[in-house]
Amino acid sequence: MSGPWTPINFTVNGEGRTVQAPPMKRLLDVLREDLHLTGAKEGCGEGECGSCSVRMNGELVNSCLVPVLQAQGAHIQTVEGLALNDTLHPLQEAFLACGGAQCGICTPGMLMAAVQLLENTPHPDMSEIREALAGNLCRCTGFIRIFESVVAAAAGSPKSKDEVHHAR
Amino acid sequence: MRGNAEVHALIAPGSLSAVLELLAAEPGKWTPIAGGTELMVAFSAGRLNAPKLVSLWGIPDLSYIQTHQQSIVVGGATTFLDLRKNAAIATELPLLAKAASWIGSVANQTRATLGGNLVNGSPAADSSPALLAYDAEIEMTSVRGSRRIPYSEFHTGYKRNSLASDELLFAIHIPRRFARHKQYLRKVGTRRAMAIAKVALAGTALLENGVIREIRLGAASLAPFPVRLKEAEAALLGQTVTSETVLAARRSLSAEVKPIDDIRSTAEYRRSVAANLLEEFLLDLPREGSQP
Repeated sequence: MSGPWTPINFTVNGEGRTVQAPPMKRLLDVLREDLHLTGAKEGCGEGECGSCSVRMNGELVNSCLVPVLQAQGAHIQTVEGLALNDTLHPLQEAFLACGGAQCGICTPGMLMAAVQLLENTPHPDMSEIREALAGNLCRCTGFIRIFESVVAAAAGSPKSKDEVHHAR
Repeated sequence: MRGNAEVHALIAPGSLSAVLELLAAEPGKWTPIAGGTELMVAFSAGRLNAPKLVSLWGIPDLSYIQTHQQSIVVGGATTFLDLRKNAAIATELPLLAKAASWIGSVANQTRATLGGNLVNGSPAADSSPALLAYDAEIEMTSVRGSRRIPYSEFHTGYKRNSLASDELLFAIHIPRRFARHKQYLRKVGTRRAMAIAKVALAGTALLENGVIREIRLGAASLAPFPVRLKEAEAALLGQTVTSETVLAARRSLSAEVKPIDDIRSTAEYRRSVAANLLEEFLLDLPREGSQP
């Protein structure tokens, strides 16, 4: 049997949106195909890689594993919602300054996981950073520059690599 | 092969009673879905065999942690994040808190539920060994009423369980009587985060002057479903920890487990490591004459 398309009303990056979608359509696909927010990426489609990470009602989720019906009424934040007009989020600045992004596929998810971490734990230690980002895979950086980016953002301003090493 | 959302119905009735009515009206036709961390993986891969799904996400009657005098009760759709944030779980049921921290990543813990982990019934389920060692009970409910069984009797075969076709896993009851028990939990996997267990062992033991008066051992990835190691328990009950009793317990464990060779490990490795984990637990127990 086929499911009837359902109107989904939710807030995406602070803006009320309505889409018509099959209720089992993945939140990731609704964001990318219906709302043209292509920041969240599909890596594995299994909740292993984190490249589709977004925030739903203030918690980090893998948007490839959320049927859109379960996002009914939710507040969704994607990487597109981080910068304010032309002003980048401090984590985005830090990723730029510290070389936290290379090919960029993991970066939107990595940023959302880092935003989640710093909201709960403004001054994380390295083990907290590692745990918070453990579900986000990067095949370019070797992770160290990403961890340094988070340390720099938590310290309040993007720092050079040497300063970050000193802080660790 | 990719999943096609249009071939699946999904509804969210929003209340426990409405879900139970639906399950009663068409037993076996509806597949409950909570956080989707298992079923949506199957969906994405195009192998979800569930034409009609009913959402349990956000139903308050299924998502709670209550501390009663005798037990801590966890609603079936309580997430692992909720378990990790709960003070009573952290202090009284540290093995469950530790297991919750093993469930995938942060983004999985916000969505994956304790009941979902049990109903999914993976032999390697992270939460199972702790619940077996804590002597947990499972409460199942339907329009016909509720019933409780020991968790050790919930799984009946590989990915099979005791739920009737109109029943939901309603709650997990964990007794509050382990404050004086020695507690142990260790998982052996490929990577600290995100990896499925090659083998995991949980234990709780109560000793009096070095004598084991009570012991429960729960294991994952050693049988078609998570199991109590009753032979090893029997070998240890009433004994003191000596090199002889450790050896006897290792032998009992090796004889009763039924590990397999698969992509993650081999049966022989699993059997050896499980016995090593048991020995690690036993050697840390207080000896005769020592303070507990």
